[in-house]
Amino acid sequence: MIGLSHFLIVSAALFSLGIMAVFARKNAVNVLMGVELILNSANLNLVAFSRFSAHNLDGQIFVIFIIVVAAAEAAVGLAIILSMYRIIKSVNLDRADTLKG
Amino acid sequence: MDKNLLAQIVFYFFATMTIASAVVVVFARNLIRSVFALLFTFFGVAGLYAFLGADFLAATQMVIYVGGILVLLLFGVMLTHKLYDLNLKSETYQFFPALLVVVIVFSMLTTVLLRTQWHSGVQSDVAPTTAAIGELLMKDYILPFEVASILLLIALIGAAKIVRRRSE
Repeated sequence: MIGLSHFLIVSAALFSLGIMAVFARKNAVNVLMGVELILNSANLNLVAFSRFSAHNLDGQIFVIFIIVVAAAEAAVGLAIILSMYRIIKSVNLDRADTLKG
Repeated sequence: MDKNLLAQIVFYFFATMTIASAVVVVFARNLIRSVFALLFTFFGVAGLYAFLGADFLAATQMVIYVGGILVLLLFGVMLTHKLYDLNLKSETYQFFPALLVVVIVFSMLTTVLLRTQWHSGVQSDVAPTTAAIGELLMKDYILPFEVASILLLIALIGAAKIVRRRSE
C-alpha cells in the first residue's frame, strides 16, 4: 500500500539532491536548477499532505502559488545571470567576487 | 489485490524516474544533459501529482515547468556559453563536504518522517479538482490570487529591464 511516507521520502530525496546542486555546482544556471528541484520537493510534500491528511484542497492552492513564485524566480534569476555574464563574461559563481574585500 | 499491485507499479515507476533523473541533473558533467534530465524530473513529479489525484496540478506542472521554466533554463544555458563551445562542462566545487552534508540531511529527514506517527484521515475518493480549485481561487483566495498576478507582472517587467542592453 502506497502511503504518505512513500511520497515524503521521494520528496526528501529530491530536496537533498537540490541542495547538493546548490552547494556543489559552479555554474549559476545549474544552481538555479537545484532551486527548482527544492521547490518541486516542497510542492510534492504539500500535495501529499493535502491528499492524505486533509479533506480539502488548501494544499493544492498553496502549490499553485508556489509555482507562480517559482516562475517569477526563474525569470528574475536568469535575468541576473545573463547580466552577470555580460559583465564578467562567465557564469562561474567563483568569479563573481567583485564585492570581495 | 490486483489494483494495489498496479498502484505500486505506477508509483515506483514515477518515483524512480523522478529521482534517477534528478541524480543526472545534479551530477552530470554536461550542462545540456542536466537540462534535459530536468525535463524527466518535472514529468515524474507531474505523474506523482496525478497519482495523488491532483489532476489540475499535474497539467499545470507540465505547462508551466516543462513549457516555461525549462525552456527558460535552456535559453539561459545557450546564452551564457559560446556557440562553438560544444562541451559545456560544469565543474563541481567542494564535492565531498557537500555530499556529506547532503547525506546527513537526507538521513535525518527520513529518520524523522519514518518515526512520526502521521495522522491519516479517511482518504476521500479521487475526484476532478479543477472546478473546486477555480471556485476556491475566486472566493477564499481572491486576494492572494491578485497579489500573485501583480507579483508576476512586476517580476517579468523587472527581468526584461535587467537584461536589456543599455543604449549608449
